[in-house]
Amino acid sequence: MSTPFLHVEHITMQFGGVVAVNDLSMDIYPGEIVALIGPNGAGKTTAFNCITGVYEPTNGRVDFMGEPIVCNHPRGKMKKLYAGEEAERYLSLPTVSYTPDKITKRGIARTFQNIRLFKSMTVFENVLTAMHVRRTSNVFSATFRANRKEETAQREKALELLKIVGLDDVKDELATALPYGKQRRLEIARALATSPKLLLLDEPAAGMNPQETLELTTFIRSIRDQFGLTIFLIEHHMNLVMDISDRIYVIDFGKQIAAGVPAEIQNDPRVIDAYLGVDEDA
Amino acid sequence: MEKKKGLSLQTILTIAGIALIYLLAFLLDRIPGVPIMLTTVLRKGAIYSLVAVSMNLLNGFTGLFSLGQAGFMLVGAYTFAAINISSGIRSTVYQYYDPLLKFSLTETLQNALGSTAGTVLGVFVSLLLAGLLAAVLAYLIGLPVLKLKSDYLAIATLGFAEIIRALVQLEAFAPVTNGSQLLRGFPYFTDTFMPFVIVGICIAVVVLLINSTYGRAFKAIRDDEIAAEAMGINLAHHKRMAFIISSFFAGISGALLAMYQTTVQANTFKSAMTYEILLIVVIGGIGSISGSCIGSFLFIACSEWWLRFLDNETYIGAFKVPLLRTGFRMVVFSVVIMIVVLFFRKGIMGTREISLAGLADRLRKESVKGGKEA
Repeated sequence: MSTPFLHVEHITMQFGGVVAVNDLSMDIYPGEIVALIGPNGAGKTTAFNCITGVYEPTNGRVDFMGEPIVCNHPRGKMKKLYAGEEAERYLSLPTVSYTPDKITKRGIARTFQNIRLFKSMTVFENVLTAMHVRRTSNVFSATFRANRKEETAQREKALELLKIVGLDDVKDELATALPYGKQRRLEIARALATSPKLLLLDEPAAGMNPQETLELTTFIRSIRDQFGLTIFLIEHHMNLVMDISDRIYVIDFGKQIAAGVPAEIQNDPRVIDAYLGVDEDA
Repeated sequence: MEKKKGLSLQTILTIAGIALIYLLAFLLDRIPGVPIMLTTVLRKGAIYSLVAVSMNLLNGFTGLFSLGQAGFMLVGAYTFAAINISSGIRSTVYQYYDPLLKFSLTETLQNALGSTAGTVLGVFVSLLLAGLLAAVLAYLIGLPVLKLKSDYLAIATLGFAEIIRALVQLEAFAPVTNGSQLLRGFPYFTDTFMPFVIVGICIAVVVLLINSTYGRAFKAIRDDEIAAEAMGINLAHHKRMAFIISSFFAGISGALLAMYQTTVQANTFKSAMTYEILLIVVIGGIGSISGSCIGSFLFIACSEWWLRFLDNETYIGAFKVPLLRTGFRMVVFSVVIMIVVLFFRKGIMGTREISLAGLADRLRKESVKGGKEA
């Protein structure tokens, strides 16, 4: 395959003495749907937060489309506390630490595990607000309505996005008034509104029934094709994961324990151990 | 198509409502025998509306709990005053100091352009300068302060406002600020229409800003900082922007207050003033522009006019009405405020806006509901 779209290299995230993500490396190629799975507390969301700039990892580097978006090595008091490996590799490299908004601007959008919609806004406004990142207007031209064209274009696009996710009939309702499943869809629509190239979905099927999960599978595929996206998702619903993913990474206690296509993962003894526990008597 | 027609009707209604207010303000200046208290309340209320709206932009729409408003008003007031003191009385104003600024912007422009045009332009430019200086100061203060959150931000901004007040009274700045003596001899209001126009323009700009893409970004930050940042909204940049814009308008309202009071003295811009403004914002509804306006007129009317009688000892026949004496007004006022805060948590307006259009919309919805039920 060609060069990886997202290249994660030896990411370690340590909170004091607690190692949440330990030496995680992965590659995601354009157009793929890749899943990150693992038992509760394995460090999946922390890995997401490292990639999107919410956390600054203690060590390691992330490249997006060939350019570093995160690069760090243990500094300050973390020098003493650091428990991982490969620290020397990044010592000589310049530290790169973008805030989440800059990373979003480069084309990585995400949703949240515990839904984080803009509470006071309507469904439509939620999507519209996410387009702020692609604005060309400055505060003066926006205030004095010199950006009418852009504004109209944004509104049209927001409406189109809502149609795609099937929320156009509730566009004027408060986002928080929607049922849970629709809120998840709205989060995806909002992420899509930032015109991403890579979409990170943090447990998109959480709290959904089997029927809804099935619909979500088709939905994720369809947006991948429609928007030419690469999708990286965290999920617990194994049916969904096995059905949708091109490749799967499995982590436990922050460390990668397996990687491969769904069929390999399903039969991997380490994965089964991690999920079901090791039989002591055997 | 039909919807578009309805929208334009609503816009016309809103414009008509605003025009009516301005017509009344215009006529008020020309009717003899208008109670002086009414004009006082209207003028001061308008000025407080602007500063309340500017505070609401920060506290209500961006979610930054800042208490520096009085400080920025002070900067605006002093800027306006210092560059406009008329040459005739400059030496009497700066009694103990040698004035540094030896010009009056308005006078210079009056000489160049004639009396009316010169005054209007002079006042306009001075107001703009007052706002700009406050904005520059806000930028500088914002550098360290905006990294703080919630209560800490409030304490820091409050502190900076007090520092500003102390600084202008410093001997070193006295050639400009006249130390702790007051500044006077600059243009002031002679009518009610003028402050209404200036305040109206400023509030209109704020409303336009809030309804623009930047306004949505501000609201996003208020609702959820983490989500806003993940959606590509640069927190530091947008917070700074809101802080500067808010201070700009606070500076202008400070200058307007100077025009209203005809004098400027640092001691009027105490932190108590910020609390008054905060109170207006809370009473009006955090996150509602029209709420802030209504709140400020109500507040000023109560504190300056309607509750005045409580301060006077009153006799009904030979019976002396109990409790009424100097200071009792403030007691009643405090009780009223407590009642408002306890029973109207979200203020008068909550986060809604008053508009004839909205009113019409609501009526229509009600009728639709009624129709369905029938």
